[in-house]
Amino acid sequence: MTLSRLTLAAALLGATALGAQAQDLRIALQSDADVLDPDQSRTFVGRIVYASLCDKLVDITPDLEIIPQLATEWEWSEDGTSVTFTLREDVTFHDGTPFNAEAVARNIERSQTLEESRRKSELSSVTGTEVLGEYEIRFDLASADATLLAQLADRSGMMMSPDAFDEAGADFGLDPVCSGPFEFDERIAQDRIVLTKFDDYWNAEEINFDSVTFLPIPDTTVRLANLQSGDIDILERLAATDLGQAESDGGINVESAVSLGYQGLTFNVDNGERGDNPWGNDARLRRALSLAVGRDIINQVVFEGAFAPGNQPFPPNSPWYDDDHPIPERDVEAARALLEEAGYADGITLEVQVPNTTVPLQLMQVVQSMASEAGINIEITSKEFATLLQDQSAGDFTASQIGWSGRVDPDGNIHQFMTTEGGINDSGYSNEEVDRLLDAARTTNDQAERQEFYNQARDILNEDAPIVYLYHQTWIWALDDDIQGFVPYPDGMIRLEGVTLEES
Amino acid sequence: MLSFILRRILIAIPTVILISIFVFALQKLLPGDPVLAMAGEERDPATIEFLREKYRLNDPIPVQYFTWVGNALTGDLGISLRTNQPVTELMAEKLPVTLQLATMAMIFALVIGIPAGILSAVKKGTVTDYVANVVALSGLSIPNFWLGIMLILLVSVKWQLLPASGYVPFDEDPVRSIQVMIMPAFVLGTALAATLMRHTRSAMLTVLTSDYVRTARAKGLSERRVILKHAFRNALTPIVTLSALLFGELIAGAVLTEQIFTVPGFGKLVVDAVFNRDYAVVQGIVLVTAVGFIVMNLLADVAYVLLNPRLRS
Repeated sequence: MTLSRLTLAAALLGATALGAQAQDLRIALQSDADVLDPDQSRTFVGRIVYASLCDKLVDITPDLEIIPQLATEWEWSEDGTSVTFTLREDVTFHDGTPFNAEAVARNIERSQTLEESRRKSELSSVTGTEVLGEYEIRFDLASADATLLAQLADRSGMMMSPDAFDEAGADFGLDPVCSGPFEFDERIAQDRIVLTKFDDYWNAEEINFDSVTFLPIPDTTVRLANLQSGDIDILERLAATDLGQAESDGGINVESAVSLGYQGLTFNVDNGERGDNPWGNDARLRRALSLAVGRDIINQVVFEGAFAPGNQPFPPNSPWYDDDHPIPERDVEAARALLEEAGYADGITLEVQVPNTTVPLQLMQVVQSMASEAGINIEITSKEFATLLQDQSAGDFTASQIGWSGRVDPDGNIHQFMTTEGGINDSGYSNEEVDRLLDAARTTNDQAERQEFYNQARDILNEDAPIVYLYHQTWIWALDDDIQGFVPYPDGMIRLEGVTLEES
Repeated sequence: MLSFILRRILIAIPTVILISIFVFALQKLLPGDPVLAMAGEERDPATIEFLREKYRLNDPIPVQYFTWVGNALTGDLGISLRTNQPVTELMAEKLPVTLQLATMAMIFALVIGIPAGILSAVKKGTVTDYVANVVALSGLSIPNFWLGIMLILLVSVKWQLLPASGYVPFDEDPVRSIQVMIMPAFVLGTALAATLMRHTRSAMLTVLTSDYVRTARAKGLSERRVILKHAFRNALTPIVTLSALLFGELIAGAVLTEQIFTVPGFGKLVVDAVFNRDYAVVQGIVLVTAVGFIVMNLLADVAYVLLNPRLRS
């Protein structure tokens, strides 16, 4: 066969293949997911993959209301110590195992008992489950737990095929089997995760892709370049600095939602010996720093105005935000006065540890220059993230620039940081009244009552300022303009129900 | 010849042992707890303790070392803390990627570097020589990451000629596989091309002034024959050694290039593993790379002997 005939044959083959090509959606992620086992996993990008792979008992709306997914309805007992779920009856796992109450019971048991499980604390209030019927199950709780449904709207509520996890044990993540709209096909570490459409999905008519491919592309410029060159369809976490470029590109749409998390400065108040320093001992200094920085200025200078300034663990648009403590105006004079009152009229130095990546460093430089006008001399110590985390956890720091990705339930943004026994209380902060209020907020399902507990805790925390909150990140997605029906969610997930791609 | 190779292999053994100790010790000196780094936001103390036990991070360091070496000798390099995949499997997945990148980069380097070097030596002192030198110097001085980003913006975004980043396995779609790899290979190859060009030029210059070249010319051979057959053949010996050494540099350069173009190869694997404190992965890669480097050098020595009969005695 001559070369030209070969080429022709190849071209024809290529054309046929193109005609029959299944529609694939390509999504670029900022980093590679970790192990794909909802009980063991811990990364944000992992959760984005799960949004297509693993259904949960319940889901959320963009306004953070809890809505049915695998459970169609639920009913709390009078005292709030048990909740009974009614389940969908038309669901099977990707391996054909039927989904029912028994499967839910085994999933909860695994999340609580698998040694590698990271879901134990999320489900710590659950003392047991009782299968009441084929599609009815009751969760018994040690005490009322207002946070439970929100946990079940995330990894703790993701249902895996019990047969599959019994067989694979801790290695389940190498070949995950759930019941979501797509099933696992293949994964090449650091390159791609491919999922294919699950034809027996209970909501299959809402799913318009034959497969979805997740591509980890860490560099934000390269991620955008891939979208511009047509190599991907959606990217998550567009850098605020790239907004202008993306918006001026006719072929790209930009969507955004203020995240549930926060960024700020965590002070070492009483975590080991290093907590014993002026900044750890005197809340007036911490409040002075809070007054010295202009949160709007940070947002404009570092984030092109795309993020949300903040001063609480919840963003200002959250229903849990305490309006009695609005974002303070920058007030250098008031900051100076506080310093003087604390005995540092001539100024004081503060060492802040910062992750050695672009955005945190820029942020701290802006904070540094504003603080210096109030007489606070900030020394920036930049550390690689793993080191920063270890030092922070060990109490080897004065102040640390760190944040939290955020949780649907307000408890997740505050309890573990600000209660004496909190699992991530790196600040070493301890206040009996705050402990009481935050514990109480956990155990009532009455939203107004919870709000009141959080507001009261806020009054104390605002004075003590163990964490000075600075801003809330905005999730920014850039999409090919052929993508229709994308809905931005504050949890940063990409839900593909109703999303279509019309090749123009 | 055989005894020469055997001798070289024997010398390599203590080197590999030293490297393995060095890598292991250096890792332990790194600040940052692997389990804590892995835990990320969810730092449940009980789970963290369980994982420390599971991955034997509580054992004394020498015990950890010997356990690792013992397993490594049976071909088991452990599993990735991050994804639970076996390290050997990860490497088997990544090695062809980096080899393809390095080979294509080497081809770029050789195809650009050697002819440019010969040309520049033959036309010494002319405009061609100066232009070639300026280009070579630019190749050496332009940083990889800048050239990479510029190429992506021009070739992929503006002209839409090649994919911006990523990787397609060769056995899946050879054409696309090569297309995706052209830019990274070019970026990686340019710096080497410059080095090769400079060395080819100086080797050629030395040879061109030697007696046998003059004799060859006196015999009335064509200039082409003189340069390619007589001069270049002899100038080739140092270039071969250099190329082997450069291959090591290629692997090192691949670390950065793979990062820019999101090529899922060895370099990207090791960088991500270092940041995640994925010890088993880092150790495995460094060990295998070191052995690979030693083998490359061994092959270069053998090639050197084959090319230069005077060394064969």
